[in-house]
Amino acid sequence: MAAEKEFTATSFNAFLNEHKLMASRCAKCNAVYLPPRPLCTSCYSVDMTWAPLKGRGRLTAYTVIAVGPTFMVEEGYDREHHYCSGIVRMEEGPSINARILDVDVKRPDAIKIGTPLEVCFLSRGDGAGKKTFLAFRPAG
Amino acid sequence: MIPKKRKLGRGVALVGAGMSRFGVFKEKSSRDLFVDAFLAMKASVDKGIDVSTIEALYLGNLTSDLFEGQCHLAPIMADWIGMVPKPATRFEDACASGGVAMREAIIAIAAGFYDVILVGGVEKMSNLTTAQVTDTLAAAGDILYEVPSGFTFPGFYAAIATAYMHKYGTQPDHFMSVGLKNHRNGALNPKAQYQSTIEDLMAKRIAKVKEKGGAAPAWRDVWDFLRDGEANPVVAWPLRLFDCSPITDGAACLLLVAEELAGSFTDRPIHIIGTGQGSGSAMHGRADVTSLEGARAAAAEAYQMAGVTPGDIKIAEVHDCFTSAEIIASEDLGLFERGEASRAAFEGATALTGRKPINTSGGLKSKGHPIGASGVAQVVEIWTQMREEAGKRQVKNVDLALTHNVGATGGTCVVHIYERR
Repeated sequence: MAAEKEFTATSFNAFLNEHKLMASRCAKCNAVYLPPRPLCTSCYSVDMTWAPLKGRGRLTAYTVIAVGPTFMVEEGYDREHHYCSGIVRMEEGPSINARILDVDVKRPDAIKIGTPLEVCFLSRGDGAGKKTFLAFRPAG
Repeated sequence: MIPKKRKLGRGVALVGAGMSRFGVFKEKSSRDLFVDAFLAMKASVDKGIDVSTIEALYLGNLTSDLFEGQCHLAPIMADWIGMVPKPATRFEDACASGGVAMREAIIAIAAGFYDVILVGGVEKMSNLTTAQVTDTLAAAGDILYEVPSGFTFPGFYAAIATAYMHKYGTQPDHFMSVGLKNHRNGALNPKAQYQSTIEDLMAKRIAKVKEKGGAAPAWRDVWDFLRDGEANPVVAWPLRLFDCSPITDGAACLLLVAEELAGSFTDRPIHIIGTGQGSGSAMHGRADVTSLEGARAAAAEAYQMAGVTPGDIKIAEVHDCFTSAEIIASEDLGLFERGEASRAAFEGATALTGRKPINTSGGLKSKGHPIGASGVAQVVEIWTQMREEAGKRQVKNVDLALTHNVGATGGTCVVHIYERR
């Protein structure tokens, strides 16, 4: 059996660059971890495998941000141009936070918790400098 | 496994407490703020304190490294108040650094290792721009898995707010009422960053427009003002400027001693009868974001140790870095039922004259939030209230009180309970 990629953020981000959302799954007790972890904190096994997720979930909490961190400001977001970040509960169980796209940030009160979402990937840069941010949008 | 019932090996008393003025002080560094707080503490010790009898300094500080380019802060603070060569140690647990420093001091005294400890907290934040402060505070979150999603600290507490509103059917006004109340309290606290109510700020804004010959803004009342996107801009919806604690410079100090020695410092010590601490996972790892697991654990430990219930608590200083944080804190502490705290706050239950006053100091919102000092300054307010020295914001008969200090979005939570005998 080919050795599994290490269960690190580096691997998780490399998968994102391939437009794959990958969790780790405990081979002993089947617990699923997103973000991926090397140690199962349910049964303390280190026998992990990579588990691709379907990329579908629901919005459980969100905000529309006007004052962002420097890297978002560099992307053009400011007090006039807001963006949405949220927490998404995946169909497989675990939750993750991500950018939420294609929602009306001018009407934040109209964004609904429970909205079905599907994964999408925001890639920036090329080659070794490529970085992909996890995002979701309302399921079409 | 049977949960361990913890108790203090011997009693611990608070015999002095003081803080610097909180605010933005361009000319002062953390050591200057710390000296101010130390002098205020020293002046509060009824029978005086010989500094050479203090055995150790426990210092809460988030990151003088990033704010001032200065790591290794504790020995510098010790030197500036003449404590060298006594041990001086810094504690870092984000916004709970001060509360954790105090808890560790309590544990050391209760264990019999030290008799007299100076607990300090300090943060000098205003050297950086708002954007740099936002980035610096974000480092207290999960840098690998939270920061890339664009979340900021206001953003996290705003997400808590949207989840809370969805679960309980409440409105942004309910959160705003916490900011209104805390500014009213802060206006009565001479050490607070803001000495103004939001109503005062609105009146000043109107006067300024009129002075320039403009048409007065059409705000019918303070709620209109708070809902106005120009006057009270969104930071992270639904949280606006007046829902967020400010960038603050400040320091606070406490003198903790073994209870049996308290009489040589004062005839009116405050007894620390419960301490609790808990941790929490990143927000996305929680089944429900409208409550902090670590805060519930910390509260359970502290209440059990103290042998009291939430109903017994007369006043509480809770960690209101954002208005939504105060709401879920008052529920995690059992001061209000789940889903009830925001309406209770809106109806005045947590005001100075309410049935359960919260953040009589003005809280982090109005008193200011110099990160590492906040958990310590909460205790300064309890000291002031319990000794009936709170002036216009004095609450009557405060014989049992509580502080609740949270790091980041609940990664660290500390709760303490105080008794006046």
